Amino acid sequence: MEAEYAVIGGGVVGLSVAWGLLRRGKRVTVLDGDDGSFRASRGNFGLVWVQSKGMKQPRYASWSQQSAAAWAGFAAELEDGTGRSVGLRQNGGYDLHFSEETLYATVAQYDALKDKLGGNYPFEVLGRNALSREEPQIGPKVAGAILHHQDGHANPLRLLVSLAQDVRRLGGTVLNGKTVTGVSKPEAFKVQCSDGTVVTAGKVVLSAGLGAMELGPKLGFKAPVRPQRGQVLITEKLPKMINRPSLIARQVDEGGIQIGATNEEVGLDDGVTQPGLSGLAAEAIAAYPALARAQLVRSWGALRILSPDGLPIYQESPELPGAYLVTCHSGITLAAAHALFLPDWLEGTAAAPDLEVFSEDRFPVS
Amino acid sequence: MQRCDLAIIGAGPAGMAAAAEAAQKGLSVTLLDEQNRPGGQIYREVDRAAGPRGAILGQEYLHGMTLTENLCQPGINHLSGAVVWAIEDGFRISFTQKGRAGQVDAERIILATGALERTMPVPGWTLPGVMTAGAAQILLKQSGVLPRRAVLAGCGPLLYLIAAQMVRAGTPPLALVETQTAASPLAAARHLPGALRGWRYLAKGLKMLAEIKRAGVPRYTGATGIAVAGSTHAEAVTFRIKGQEHRIACDTVLLHHGVVPNTQAARSINVPHVWSEAQQCFVPETGAWGETGKDGVLIAGDGAGISGAMAAEFAGRIAALKAAEELGRITAPERDRLAAPLFSQHSRETAVRPFLDAAYPPYADALQPADSTIVCRCEEVTAGDIRSYARLGCLGPNQAKAFGRAGMGPCQGRYCGLTVTALLAEANGQTPEETGYYRIRPPIKPVTLGELAAMEDPSANAAE
Amino acid sequence: MKTVSPFLELADDAPRVRVWFDGQPLDLPAGANLAAALLAAGVQVFRHTPVSGAARAPFCMMGACFECLVETGGRVQQACMLEVEDGMRIARPYDAEANDAAL
Repeated sequence: MEAEYAVIGGGVVGLSVAWGLLRRGKRVTVLDGDDGSFRASRGNFGLVWVQSKGMKQPRYASWSQQSAAAWAGFAAELEDGTGRSVGLRQNGGYDLHFSEETLYATVAQYDALKDKLGGNYPFEVLGRNALSREEPQIGPKVAGAILHHQDGHANPLRLLVSLAQDVRRLGGTVLNGKTVTGVSKPEAFKVQCSDGTVVTAGKVVLSAGLGAMELGPKLGFKAPVRPQRGQVLITEKLPKMINRPSLIARQVDEGGIQIGATNEEVGLDDGVTQPGLSGLAAEAIAAYPALARAQLVRSWGALRILSPDGLPIYQESPELPGAYLVTCHSGITLAAAHALFLPDWLEGTAAAPDLEVFSEDRFPVS
Repeated sequence: MQRCDLAIIGAGPAGMAAAAEAAQKGLSVTLLDEQNRPGGQIYREVDRAAGPRGAILGQEYLHGMTLTENLCQPGINHLSGAVVWAIEDGFRISFTQKGRAGQVDAERIILATGALERTMPVPGWTLPGVMTAGAAQILLKQSGVLPRRAVLAGCGPLLYLIAAQMVRAGTPPLALVETQTAASPLAAARHLPGALRGWRYLAKGLKMLAEIKRAGVPRYTGATGIAVAGSTHAEAVTFRIKGQEHRIACDTVLLHHGVVPNTQAARSINVPHVWSEAQQCFVPETGAWGETGKDGVLIAGDGAGISGAMAAEFAGRIAALKAAEELGRITAPERDRLAAPLFSQHSRETAVRPFLDAAYPPYADALQPADSTIVCRCEEVTAGDIRSYARLGCLGPNQAKAFGRAGMGPCQGRYCGLTVTALLAEANGQTPEETGYYRIRPPIKPVTLGELAAMEDPSANAAE
Repeated sequence: MKTVSPFLELADDAPRVRVWFDGQPLDLPAGANLAAALLAAGVQVFRHTPVSGAARAPFCMMGACFECLVETGGRVQQACMLEVEDGMRIARPYDAEANDAAL
């Protein structure tokens, strides 16, 4: 058998899991798609984010918190291995509000969640003046913000390339340009590709993003994921003008202002539209009026991988034990958890995190 | 919202000819062009080129006035200074004009976006003082500005044309450093019988070479290892010929080794493209009329594959007839009758092309630059960076773009796209076709957020 | 600036207007292409890149390469796509940052 683990999917989720297994000495083969595959890893917003997550499921909030807390160590280790920074900044982040009404409604929800988390939910409310002191470019239409101290952001593309590089350094095998067509388990797993490649492995991790829609059921998963389009904008490189990230805009480490994102149910269409761009531009200018003069240099549409309740799915196949589904819409935030904690779950060690609430049991049989 | 039958993007020879032909057949035409005056790059500012500038540029340039004159007719709405940044299905075209965003809806589109100079990445090519040869020609055509101490490096007819024009203007170049070898014309010779149908081009070429020789401009051929020396500004061109090093001090370096179709707009609406081995670039797949794999979209002129200005004019008229027929203004037999002479003229104008492609192949060192040479000027990504991404599993340019930012800057990959494809193809042992090209998305030219926001329709806000 | 220009201007009888580039007054032909007029006036460096601070100047003159970006009217724009207007104030974009980085 060539590998202890075959990881199907070479995006941030698959590579994070592969990296975590490799640093524990496992033999791992990653099967990656081609240049034109739908790749959320190339289109995401780059937040390492806690607030607003798990409002209905505190375990999702705490799982995000665990990952955010582990991110600095994860980033440092990657930097040691690759000589490349992933641009992590964890100085807090904002949820900006254009009315006090929505601001305080959200605060009430956060207070409730904070109770459920035993008080570990460090946020504060900044009124207009306090926010202006922190963010001098903030516009008059902004009523205030929730500053959450566990939030931050990173450079998601440098995370992707760093993982691709370090997985190889750690001895992982990465096969690019592969389309997995099926998985069988006579004794060991056999992962078959459209070009005839077959990878045999002791265990299989399916972390293929939207690829799980087709592959998941073949491995005995429900895999009820769907695409949701997010359009994202990025401006020319600008002098420093935004200190902390928000869900509306962040200044990336190269200088551009990244603005996002739409939430559109349009199937597998990852295009951009003028109304989409205009809506995002208008909201960003409402938050930071100086952006009106900034040139938009790029925009893209990327497809989120959403489960029905928006939470991750971690599930071992009931039909093919040893096959695991790992999918989420927050691959950047959860990268540290996937790299550092998920291997214990895959290996079934005593240190395995409790991921029971993320199983497919929560979805009805289709 | 403006509406029209036909939107034409680009007011060069193809676009201008298409506009006139379509308007004469009763179509309402909107002609969008980035420049303030029609002409494209080849006939740039031709309406203002009277006097000595006209004499320097020559009769073939002044021919452009016959095209600009025909734009003044009812049925043509010429939007000058209009920078198109998005084309959406329907078709809806979004553009910026004088700092304001506008839109026009059209039943049919003719893309007449012309050519870009083939990128020639050599060491030092990002220094101030290094420009494309075409840039020097635009400076002359539009502004009457010429470099005093320039070296021209590369190959191809345009290099001779600009050299001859500089001679006429009284500022001959210091030297021509040419990359084609003695073997290239031999390889080209088998295309001569075909090329003789386009004998005017060959005669013109010989005349230009004679002009350059008379002026005493030194010509070096078979140059390799071309580099631009200088710390903050171009100071000299260095190169090798048969192992011997040369250095020519200068203030300006003009690079050129051919032109390639400008495919940004076509790619942004997913028109299928194929690799052309003869022209060493991607070209949109087009039929005889300029029709593409995308219904309602026609491409005419150099944007469909390099054929030159005169061929572009005929291609523009042919595409316009096709659009007129599709929209019911003329019948199919009428279209065919009107197009027949245009097809034969077009074929005569393109006859010389295989000869030129073979005689002036692209400069090999610039197709596979050395590791330390910058290939993406905007993000300062080197050839070595791209090769390292191939080692990290990048099979195509979109993953390489994500890994290292090549193609992410304001030029949106116009000047690095073909090089990145070539580097990845070579490193991965694949063809350029298999390797593919950047996915081009709107905005195909930058637009301010303020302009975008001003277009927002609150009732259709997709942001929430 | 004028005396050292590597570019020659053929006789042009357009009236000159005063503009400022990087704080320096220049008299350029009204209505001329801004990039061409700045080159003819001896401006060699139009900007420094936000990536490495390297000097850049016009390269394609046809609106495609974005090397001639300058800041004018509060926006970063291509000089080769603008015309000279009386009183224009033109600055090198990003230079404030490059200076900060050098400190």
